[in-house]
Amino acid sequence: MKYNNEHFEEVITPNVNKPGCESIEFYIQNENGYKALEKALKMKPAEVVDEVKKSNLRGRGGAGFPTGMKWSFMPANPVDANGNPKPKYLVCNADEGEPGTFKDRLIFTKTPHRMIEGMIIAGHAIGSNKGFIYIRGEWFKEARLMKKALDDAYAKGFLGKNILGSGFNYDLVIYLGAGAYICGEETALLNSLEGKRGEPRLKPPFPAQVGAYGMPSCVNNVETFAAVPYIIDKGWEKYAKMGTERSGGTRLLGVSGHVNKPGVYELPMNLSLLDVIEVAGGVKGGKLKAVIPGGASAPMLRADECGVLTDYDSLAKAGTMAGSGGVIVMNDTVNIVEATYTLLKFYEHESCGQCSQCREGSHWLARMFKRILDGGGTQDDLDYIAKICGNMAGQTICAFADAVTGPALSSVRKFRGEFDEMIMKGGLKGVGKEESISHKMVGAHV
Amino acid sequence: MLSEKIKNTINGIRHQFPTEQALLLPLLHEIQNDQGWVSRESMKDAAEFLNLPVSKVREVASFYTMYKLEPQGKVDVQICTNISCWLNGADKLVACASKKLGVHAGETTADGKFTLSQVECLAACGTAPAMMMNEDYYENLTEESLLKLLDQAKADLDSGKVVGKSTRKDGVWP
Ligand SMILES: Cc1cc2nc3c(=O)[nH]c(=O)nc-3n(C[C@H](O)[C@H](O)[C@H](O)COP(=O)(O)O)c2cc1C
Ligand code: SF4
Ligand code: FES
Repeated sequence: MKYNNEHFEEVITPNVNKPGCESIEFYIQNENGYKALEKALKMKPAEVVDEVKKSNLRGRGGAGFPTGMKWSFMPANPVDANGNPKPKYLVCNADEGEPGTFKDRLIFTKTPHRMIEGMIIAGHAIGSNKGFIYIRGEWFKEARLMKKALDDAYAKGFLGKNILGSGFNYDLVIYLGAGAYICGEETALLNSLEGKRGEPRLKPPFPAQVGAYGMPSCVNNVETFAAVPYIIDKGWEKYAKMGTERSGGTRLLGVSGHVNKPGVYELPMNLSLLDVIEVAGGVKGGKLKAVIPGGASAPMLRADECGVLTDYDSLAKAGTMAGSGGVIVMNDTVNIVEATYTLLKFYEHESCGQCSQCREGSHWLARMFKRILDGGGTQDDLDYIAKICGNMAGQTICAFADAVTGPALSSVRKFRGEFDEMIMKGGLKGVGKEESISHKMVGAHV
Repeated sequence: MLSEKIKNTINGIRHQFPTEQALLLPLLHEIQNDQGWVSRESMKDAAEFLNLPVSKVREVASFYTMYKLEPQGKVDVQICTNISCWLNGADKLVACASKKLGVHAGETTADGKFTLSQVECLAACGTAPAMMMNEDYYENLTEESLLKLLDQAKADLDSGKVVGKSTRKDGVWP
């Protein structure tokens, strides 16, 4: 496919299919590796922040917050009550757990040094000497690969004391979660990183004031960091030009579900969802029915809405979100009530339970969808679903509750006919389908 | 009692963290690996080692799903049934594994060798359907390849081999 974007080039993944691409030697020899660090260390921290601001890099973790701005929120010289300087921490969010999202895992396994280099540059920019890489607990192998990459970076003098003779010291430490989706939320992550229950914190204070271990902290996603070396190396302008007015660069989209060639694709943002599906080999096993464009929490779109472009603003205008870049494609053999239940069951299990609206709401939404599937649903249920969602969105400690309403509300709004039919005909059986085995075995979820 | 090996591993990373409590998650991972679950006894040991109240350890251990509060089979077969895997036939895999092992999801075989679990998205959606056996990922599964893997795992267990921990190096964290 022709991308119709003269500025586009792969920022993060140009070599991820080459053998040995994960090694530090490969990165140095073939990808100009750690040259951006050398350059950044000769710049003033504020200049680095400025460069990133102008590049229009937005956070790739889900919320799309402008990265340079986030870095500029870090206090310059924080001190404790006794006037002693406080350390500042940088934290990498590698908890990748949003259903349908698998791009950070590619970076971890194929181009870890890009992320490491990005973190060291960010550390210099915000005046931090230590960073933590918080990795989801299931990634034993990935964590070990990252550990090896860190060891190699230390051995070559890119980490540790007096990096490249600049006088700048930087350490990176690995931490493993232990199986809790909510730890991807940045304040839950900070609690988890402190060895506590991964429960989101009330904000304010924001992490830039009180973050990890009570110190000013800045949390960014894996892909966000991995974009930084390019910006410093090639300059903000080149990066900004590839993107749209308010969002620079490329995006890693993980396309999965019913496509012929699922995988992670690095693409310019001026492609439509239909283009993206075409890049991923087209729809398999039937005709296109629905797409979730940004991980499970993004409201779904009907096939006829998929002409929308994949940049942050266009997707927001279409009532959904760019989110985590997980594009989940469903063909017309899928029953939407059932597919949505698959997600709601997940949220029911993963709510941390601190807020009653979220804990109860997630539970009731899952139960109501199940009732409809089992043939006991009524038209009133559909109104009730909307009501529960109204009570959840924007009412809680963290954005998890909003996330739950994404699939719940959009499914009913956009595929109302399917709900009506199922309610009228007595559930899944009535529409000639069998119950999913994985839906039957309740209480089996980790 | 915590083994010396575990103590050494945790002591080896102590300097990396500003607080003792930060070591709790790594420690519980090591206990889980060593014992196959986190017993009340182990929680007490962990509390003592890190100078934490037992209640704090319990509260943390029970929050995270990877710490098992009951004994598990030697191999935890964890099949992802979230959306992308579900769209790509995860259901069939669960049925197939369930039939092969003779247990439902959430149960352990009578011989204590296998636990069958359904898990949430493993971030392997592009190579769905996916599962983990203990620490290792297996992707692009079919019923056929799943059955083969289960047979192999059983044969390995019977010959005294460790299953599903191909990248683990003892004494090194992670
Ligand atoms: C429920 C929930 C789950 C999240 N999961 C992740 C995650 O797995 N990875 C991630 O990078 N951000 C996740 N986020 C977003 C983080 O809170 C945070 O915005 C992000 O790490 C900031 O990095 P960025 O600015 O580079 O995007 C999640 C947010 C919420 C509310
Ligand atoms: S919104 Fe849900 S997940 Fe977030 S803090 Fe409240 S209960 Fe926990
Ligand atoms: S849905 Fe199974 S790995 Fe993501």
